[in-house]
Amino acid sequence: MNGRGGHTGPAVRVAGLVKRYGRTEALRGVDLVVERGSVVGVLGPNGAGKTTLVRILATLVRPDGGTAEVFGYDVLRHPGEVRRRVGLTGQFAAVDELLTGEENLVLIGRLAGMDRGRARRRADELLNRFGLRDAAGRTAQGYSGGMRRRLDLAAGLMTAPPLVVLDEPTTGLDPRSRVGLWEVIEELAAEGSTVLLTSQYLEEVDRLAHHVMLVDAGEVAASGSPEELKDRLGAPLLVLTLGPPGAAGPGARWDAAARVLSRYAKGAVDVSLPLGEISCRVAAGARVMPAVARDLDDAGITPDDMAVRRATLDDVFLALTGQPGSRAPAAPAGTPAGPGTALVGPGGER
Amino acid sequence: MSTVTATAPPFLPGTETGPRRLVRDGLLVAQRNLRHVLRVPELLIQATIQPVMFVLLFAFVFGGSIDMPGGGSYRAYLLAGIFTQIVAFGSANTAMGIAEDLSKGVVDRFRSLPMARSALLLGRAASHLVMNALALLVLALSGLVVGWRAEEGVARTLAAFGVLLFFGFAMSWVGALTGIWLGRPEVVQAATMTWLFPLTFLSNAFVPTQGMPSWLRPVAEWNPVSATAAACRELFGNPNPFAREGLFPAEHPVLTSLAWSALVIAIAAPLAVRRYRRAAG
Repeated sequence: MNGRGGHTGPAVRVAGLVKRYGRTEALRGVDLVVERGSVVGVLGPNGAGKTTLVRILATLVRPDGGTAEVFGYDVLRHPGEVRRRVGLTGQFAAVDELLTGEENLVLIGRLAGMDRGRARRRADELLNRFGLRDAAGRTAQGYSGGMRRRLDLAAGLMTAPPLVVLDEPTTGLDPRSRVGLWEVIEELAAEGSTVLLTSQYLEEVDRLAHHVMLVDAGEVAASGSPEELKDRLGAPLLVLTLGPPGAAGPGARWDAAARVLSRYAKGAVDVSLPLGEISCRVAAGARVMPAVARDLDDAGITPDDMAVRRATLDDVFLALTGQPGSRAPAAPAGTPAGPGTALVGPGGER
Repeated sequence: MSTVTATAPPFLPGTETGPRRLVRDGLLVAQRNLRHVLRVPELLIQATIQPVMFVLLFAFVFGGSIDMPGGGSYRAYLLAGIFTQIVAFGSANTAMGIAEDLSKGVVDRFRSLPMARSALLLGRAASHLVMNALALLVLALSGLVVGWRAEEGVARTLAAFGVLLFFGFAMSWVGALTGIWLGRPEVVQAATMTWLFPLTFLSNAFVPTQGMPSWLRPVAEWNPVSATAAACRELFGNPNPFAREGLFPAEHPVLTSLAWSALVIAIAAPLAVRRYRRAAG
């Protein structure tokens, strides 16, 4: 799955992409480069413009401004060449329910120009690989949600496309099917396929993608490797749980604990009474734990819990957009918005 | 991009385009649609039982009470009308099929493939053609049972069915346009019925136009359904009281029907294809 003709640039190059639907701007000048052989995750809440971006790259939607190229072919000027190189798996599984699993794949292969024998061989290969061999002769209407997604993904891979585009491949799947699909995507990546993946799930892009682009309201909020993005929030957070302060207020125990943390803190020490927590950033990360524990012990304090946690992509998203996603439902009233708060990001439910 | 070369790796999907590819892909889609029919017995029943019901209802309910201007049997007159109505109504299935493919994401999948762009629509029209042929066969058999006959020999009988199938093919492009335009299956269903009923009933399909009010008669006389039904009656040798001195569709029904069908295809097919290419875009 490499060696795309004589083209040597990136698999995808998008610059200043704009798409409007009436007065709504779905994309407001998006830039994106997907290097060959990489897995790029586009992360954002519903309505952020992820699907529009994907549809433009699959030549299903015409952009209103900017450029989008796939292996050097412009989506507007050479849509046929783009279609020959992109395998799309859409947001909801576009399988033909009245055809069997095998017929679905063979049809896609033949429509893509394969002869019958080649389409059959490729279909068998994919059915085996995706654990659909036993179901190959049954009509897809009897398939479970996970099986449908796998079949849909297989359909997108029939022509062994150099660029695989997956639009929210695991949305609506149960956790087990999701992990199963992740493994398939990881295999694809290991084989050197270029994968562009959209997701509402932070853990998904964190696990699969080499490069993450956060989009919100049609704009790129940030991009980089998952590690880089997390590092942007600075040092890991040390959280000390003391439990509810009680009717008399925080008192001496809390003051003593805060004094201990201040010795290790990089920056201020945050006291959150409602959460029963004291926290601060620590440059050295988890390595400070033994020392902090000793100091607390010396001060006669036994915390309920003590943990160091790295920033999550949730935190990054929150920090960059000021909220879980500007078009997502508003955060519950009274929830403090800021890095470190345990606010559930878009799709971050587990 | 400065370094794009024209040579493609050998395993990339074919670059073949043009009419041959369109026909090949269209047949693949048609084959898929026909498989659907085989797997949903209701569709098959609808396609075969419904025409029989029409023949029986009209033949026995109206059969006795409609006088034919110039004489002749109403049942012999009626069959060509029902043939025409059924092939016209088949376009509703084309419309629904396309609307369902749209709403289920199948259209997106096809549009993202390097296949002939109009193959989904052509395939629909082609499978509709096969379904129409099946319906006509069942209709003709039930017509024979109630006393209808084709009196003019094999060649003219086949010609009549050819005219009907061509008309049905043209109508399926109107159905395709409706389906691709409106998209949502519920809406498409309602919309097709809205134009199909007046189209088929404001004609000579079921009753001769002679009895209609004078302001309505020209509409019925120039209706492509009338021309098609009259063409069949002429080719079958059935009673054909459509004739009026100097009225072109009455004097040349076959030519009129073929011209109508060609015109409808020439208008509806490009519009449907254009709409398909931009679907949901």
